[in-house]
Amino acid sequence: MIIHHPLLGPRDAAEFTVLGDASLIERPDPQSADAEDRFYDYVYLRDNPAGLHRELWYHEQGDRSWLVVTRNTLTHEVVGVELARDVALAKRTGKRARTRKGGSA
Amino acid sequence: MKYSALRIFTEALGGNKGWKPVWREPEPKARYDVVIIGGGGHGLSTAYYLAKEFGITNVAVLEKGWLGSGNIGRNTTIIRSNYLLPGNEPFYELSMKLWEGLEQDFNYNAMVSQRGIINLFHSDSQRDAYVRRGNAMLMAGADAELLDTEGVRRLCPFLDFDNARFPIRGGLQQKRGGTARHDAVAWGYARGADSRGVDLIQNCEVTGFDIANGVCKGVVTSRGKIAANKVAVCVAGSSSRVMAAAGMRLPIESHVLQAFVSEGLKPVIPGVITFGAGHFYISQSDKGGLVFGGDIDGYNTYAQRGNLPVVEDVCEGGMAIMPMIGRARLLRMWGGVMDMSMDGSPFIDRTHIDGLYFNGGWCYGGFKATPASGYCYAHLIARDHPHPVATELRLDRFKTGRMIDEKGAGAQPNLH
Repeated sequence: MIIHHPLLGPRDAAEFTVLGDASLIERPDPQSADAEDRFYDYVYLRDNPAGLHRELWYHEQGDRSWLVVTRNTLTHEVVGVELARDVALAKRTGKRARTRKGGSA
Repeated sequence: MKYSALRIFTEALGGNKGWKPVWREPEPKARYDVVIIGGGGHGLSTAYYLAKEFGITNVAVLEKGWLGSGNIGRNTTIIRSNYLLPGNEPFYELSMKLWEGLEQDFNYNAMVSQRGIINLFHSDSQRDAYVRRGNAMLMAGADAELLDTEGVRRLCPFLDFDNARFPIRGGLQQKRGGTARHDAVAWGYARGADSRGVDLIQNCEVTGFDIANGVCKGVVTSRGKIAANKVAVCVAGSSSRVMAAAGMRLPIESHVLQAFVSEGLKPVIPGVITFGAGHFYISQSDKGGLVFGGDIDGYNTYAQRGNLPVVEDVCEGGMAIMPMIGRARLLRMWGGVMDMSMDGSPFIDRTHIDGLYFNGGWCYGGFKATPASGYCYAHLIARDHPHPVATELRLDRFKTGRMIDEKGAGAQPNLH
């Protein structure tokens, strides 16, 4: 798989390690009343879809940035790559992150 | 039809015209006592033990493709019971005991071969860990022997003992471990279930569940609705997809594990050998091919194929312990989709929906568990309480804090 890094261009997936579902960016509020249930969901349960999946990749052998990669789990096709930082900031401000389209299985 | 040497002889005299198909191809009925979703090793063994041990024969096994088309035909055929934790080891030891009597039990040649397994260790601390594991195995009634370097050398002189980085200090041996003919296990269970009246229905995909007021009353399939008192899901690799139709999210990710076989060679490897400093395990099939594998690829996938970086990693692991395999040519490689659970251990449990049962999360250790998985699942379905060796394989164990984390890797399924 080739990951089209928003800053570095096409990189071999072997340079990355995978953390998993990109919803891990959204850590629940530990102060909320139902924090225990929400953390159980957050830590242990997964959608695990067959098809498009947004997931966190860490460029360990590169610039050590965290990326949100949108990838098809049936074909390994990478359809979008964003900087996880942009995604997290966009969530806070309500704007959409810049996406770099394209890639190959 | 009972299989025996005499039968082969008499059939030969008759021109081998008397052999019958091994199982029927029935049309699905409108209602069953138990519907099992998934005609792989675990589903078929569940049906077999339901019929044989628990007397429930009005059972259907629904299979999307053909029988045994999933991971029962894609694994590296290793059987063993060398686990550590009390929630796991008695379960796998029950499986080992069932393996030992399996062929006589279902009258089919599954080529169970107890050629032994050796887990190599490469440091003092790893030796301590393996001593502990061996003691845990002995306490659960399994067999375990600690070998020093010379003990390993006597059995496997070809290993790279003086490797500068990972010298081989010895190994933990389980002599009762070994290999089995994976497809024959599925076929043997299928034949045994079919002959006791279980309907094995192929090309029948389950597309939904008939759930009302928290009770599961049947399934919707590509061949129509089928009502059932109990529905037992047994589709490791696709568990999340199937259970999503019942509105459940699981503590599971799907990952691909690759396996490899070399060209056929004369006998060189006496049993199963695993590398302790990397992830690599190898045995030799009766046809002579070296059968080996290593880590999962590490990303979520439902594609039954992996990528080259892990191929390289696995082959490096092989070269690190037995440089001689660099001379062998790789004949085939393939991938299978694994239910990777959050603690590396499986589930055999009821769900919060009455009449809906779940078996899955086998990570990449499901093959060795095939007999006990079916036995304990059948026990759960028939009696509605878990078999004594499977009481800890619960779906809610992450909520209650009772994880069975053999590797201590935490909720990071691609590290188990």
